[in-house]
Amino acid sequence: MEMLKTERLSFAYPEREGEGQLVLKEIGLTVERGSIVAILGHNGSGKSTLAKQFNAVLLPSGGKVWVDGFDTADEAAQLEVRRRVGMVFQNPDNQIVANVVEEDVAFAPENLGVPTEEIRTRVDDALAAVGMANFARYAPHLLSGGQKQRIAIAGVIAMEPECIVLDEATAMLDPQGRRDVLETVRRLNRERGVTIVMITHHMDEAECADRLIVMNQGEVYLDGAPREIFQRVDELRAIGLSAPETVKLLDSLRKEGLDVPLSAISVEECAGAICAALKAEEKNAPKGNETEWNQF
Amino acid sequence: MLKDITLGQYFPGNTLAHRLDPRTKLMMVVLYIVALFCAKGFLSYGLMALFLLLCVRISKVGFRALVRGMKPLILILIFTAVLNMFYTPGRAIASFWVFTLTVEGVWAAVFMVIRIALLIMGTFLMTYTTSPIALTDAIENLLGPLKRLRVPVHELAMMMSIALRFIPTLIEEADKIMSAQKARGADFETGNLLRRAKAMAPVLVPLFISAFRRADELATAMECRCYHGGEGRTKLHVLRYQKRDLFCLVTMALVMIGAVILGSLGY
Ligand SMILES: Nc1ncnc2c1ncn2[C@@H]1O[C@H](COP(=O)(O)OP(=O)(O)O)[C@@H](O)[C@H]1O
Ligand SMILES: [Mg+2]
Repeated sequence: MEMLKTERLSFAYPEREGEGQLVLKEIGLTVERGSIVAILGHNGSGKSTLAKQFNAVLLPSGGKVWVDGFDTADEAAQLEVRRRVGMVFQNPDNQIVANVVEEDVAFAPENLGVPTEEIRTRVDDALAAVGMANFARYAPHLLSGGQKQRIAIAGVIAMEPECIVLDEATAMLDPQGRRDVLETVRRLNRERGVTIVMITHHMDEAECADRLIVMNQGEVYLDGAPREIFQRVDELRAIGLSAPETVKLLDSLRKEGLDVPLSAISVEECAGAICAALKAEEKNAPKGNETEWNQF
Repeated sequence: MLKDITLGQYFPGNTLAHRLDPRTKLMMVVLYIVALFCAKGFLSYGLMALFLLLCVRISKVGFRALVRGMKPLILILIFTAVLNMFYTPGRAIASFWVFTLTVEGVWAAVFMVIRIALLIMGTFLMTYTTSPIALTDAIENLLGPLKRLRVPVHELAMMMSIALRFIPTLIEEADKIMSAQKARGADFETGNLLRRAKAMAPVLVPLFISAFRRADELATAMECRCYHGGEGRTKLHVLRYQKRDLFCLVTMALVMIGAVILGSLGY
């Protein structure tokens, strides 16, 4: 069974219903178990709203959302849905409930009525999984942003979810904090098979996903493998997004007439592709052209 | 400047005072306060002060930290002392205008100051040696029976622990906003009280707005982590009474009885 599935999902915030403005329009998506899905889109395109549909914090105005086969609109299944899909939000300060790290990590299992001994093992395990085992007795406000965010992730892991949704969870972090959080998330996916839905602004974060969904004005605009989507430079530009710098460089070179593939995303790949193209050019070109190159 | 606030601050440690069940400490504080209000003369106050000193010694909390905690309350202390001095009827020592200083008044003021100081220090000693989480746990547990009377005990305890959790965050934020306003020429340190209060408005408004946003986000985050009230909740740390709890509670009770008897005899 799919981890998440939406069918013609529409949504309008109740307080704005009068305007009849749909924030989500007829979205049909399935997210496979164990995959990493990135969602990209500029501000106000409905990413956070979509994320909140995935664990029944918001319910569809039209259409359906299923989480592991449970209909989110079914009130009796609400806890089942929420324990399966953990959420990590942007501001780590506003999602930490307790003033001792381990108490905070224990919050979800406590709510679920997990027996005390098991809470202990879950908390220790979750803190170890995010590499924060030494901070169990710390006060959260003494930690760095990246550390706080990892605590928030630990709090979600302790719930033993099958899917974790990160809503711009790295947006407020410094580069080191971002790397730590991303590494943690990827490890969870690799080692425990947790499905990851990652909402992000950073192209390089989207790169390492199995699948990339681009949202625009409440609709799914593009959907496919990151490599494939990044090659659609013009379509991305049309909605004000830009491809990774490497792809943009390759695209410019292509427009100048150099035959490079657009599929090279990482800097190394990009350099390799350009070198290969230049060498091929050299081989094909008549002798006279060589001096022209040398003049550069 | 805001960092000086020590109310509810916890100094971790591993002494008997730290290891006691928070419920025991809470009950001890209540008994201590009752005893303080029954004390009358030097002997009973001396007993209470001695007991507090013993507790401070056991807890290894610096005496200085306790006194520092009293700083914000000095104004109240002085005010009470002055009121007592002039408004207790008795033998007059000096008088001017409508005020009459009496011997009884001076004694009343001295005892009142001692009483309030002991009360504050006793309470602070508890908050210094008990983590806020343990304290809210204890309150929830002790007030548990009131749930039958539909008092929202769990909700109150949760509110309290969240408030405690956000105090440092909001203080940090207030500091940041104040620095930002200072950089634009705001002045929080000079002028009379009214001027200073006015200067605080541009700090409080953004602080409140941000607090509401935080509350909204926190509520969502709690929902996402399956929070659905106190029903069916379990705990990472379950409170269990030990032998030492009984011992300390009995000691406290004896001291209280001693103070009550001494007090009723007028000592
Ligand atoms: N609580 C809310 N009430 C009313 N409208 C909202 C609320 N949250 C978001 N919106 C609106 O919904 C739209 C999508 O917002 P959001 O899902 O937060 O986008 P994103 O996360 O992609 O930036 C925006 O136009 C925003 O103004
Ligand atoms: Mg958002």
